[in-house]
Amino acid sequence: MATGPELEVYVDLLSQPCRAVHILLDCANIPHNLRTVALRRGENRTQEFARLNPMQKVPVLVDSGFVLTESDAILKYLATRHDVPDHWYPRQPQKRARVDEYTAWHHSNTRPHAAKVFILEVLIPAQTGSQVDEQRLIRALSQLNETLDKLESMFLRRRSFLCGDDITVADLLAVCELMQPLGGGRDVLQDHPQLQRWRSRVQTAVGEAFDRAHAILCAVRERHKAKL
Amino acid sequence: MALELYLDLYSQPCRSVYIFAKQNKIPFDFKQVTLFDAQQYGEEFGKINPLRKVPALRDGDFCLAESVAILIYLAEKFQTPDYWYPAEVQQRARVNEYLSWQHSALRLHGSKVFWLRLMLPKALGIEVPQEKMDAALEDLNGSLTLIEEKFIQDKAFIAGDQISLADLVAIVEIMQPVGSGLDVFEGRPKLSAWRDRVQAAIGQELFDDAHRTILEAQDRVVPMEQSKLHMFKAKVIKFFM
Repeated sequence: MATGPELEVYVDLLSQPCRAVHILLDCANIPHNLRTVALRRGENRTQEFARLNPMQKVPVLVDSGFVLTESDAILKYLATRHDVPDHWYPRQPQKRARVDEYTAWHHSNTRPHAAKVFILEVLIPAQTGSQVDEQRLIRALSQLNETLDKLESMFLRRRSFLCGDDITVADLLAVCELMQPLGGGRDVLQDHPQLQRWRSRVQTAVGEAFDRAHAILCAVRERHKAKL
Repeated sequence: MALELYLDLYSQPCRSVYIFAKQNKIPFDFKQVTLFDAQQYGEEFGKINPLRKVPALRDGDFCLAESVAILIYLAEKFQTPDYWYPAEVQQRARVNEYLSWQHSALRLHGSKVFWLRLMLPKALGIEVPQEKMDAALEDLNGSLTLIEEKFIQDKAFIAGDQISLADLVAIVEIMQPVGSGLDVFEGRPKLSAWRDRVQAAIGQELFDDAHRTILEAQDRVVPMEQSKLHMFKAKVIKFFM
């Protein structure tokens, strides 16, 4: 009887939280079967996928029948369940609290504000054929800039990574969100040198797993450039 | 120095932290930060939490924001009963799954309904277009349905047979639109039954104590002073409308 990894992970690498999960799996060498779900082809809306996840979202983890959604929960589950280096999600309570603090704040700040820029500049025009709504985009960029200021002054401060001296799952969630607008050719960190340096440190710490996770986004960027 | 919790019980995440600390007899100093008096913008509070949000915790030199992080930190530090945040990895993941989902779902939609129904018209003098109100209610209903069908299902509580941080965080958010006079439990027997179990597990007295402020909101909210209005009005319109 063929046995493969008992862990299945459903992702679309165009999705920011999927990339964060993919990077951890890759970096920490966690054996798994990767299943792609192409959102743009509606593969998340099939009956089969809806049975797995009624919310029709990715990423989804299935570990010998145990189904888990939400990248935040998935990253913490993987870090705990597998023998990953402690720095990803430290056991020491105050260090762990710093990661929990960022991952909570992330949902209402980094994630929606960065995603909005990509949605306005790339997704909506691609789906509707319309021009970019410039007014909404200006507001979205302004809101994102405020969030980036907070990211820099409240989380990063003078440290190497968002939660301290070592990379954690918080950095993965944040960096993948902040990479997304690159799909439309926009580097949202261009006026934030401190955050640019942080991004480079994350890329170095993660190595080739970063490029592997972002290959599809880069392809989207190339197609977008070709259209302009 | 005793543990300090910076709270305003008008705020949902403050209520979950308050209930958790009281229920588990965690000794703390209650530091009131009255949001409608803009006390979160004070200099002292800025040193505790530069994000200027409540709840915030100070444990010696260690300061922490975000209710989810605070609850988990307290559970670990004070070794509260396992069911609140189970050590077993899959049960814990179930709790984390809810705590993650709720930020951009129930928390967002419940807050919005509270602000549109009560705070914008009564405190800030802003008229809310009906279609905005309807859209907000639809979003809230969507979240409540998902809670019933995906998170509670046929279980007693979100993570299984016993209450956890997930139920605590859920109930305080659900009570916010209730504070604006909306009976969200009407027509939802499953949610009502779950609410009764959660209240019983927390203790009715503590539950009522924590929710007194929000349940009196309709009577207490008055038009905001002009001097404070300017700080809030633009931000609120941008955020909610």
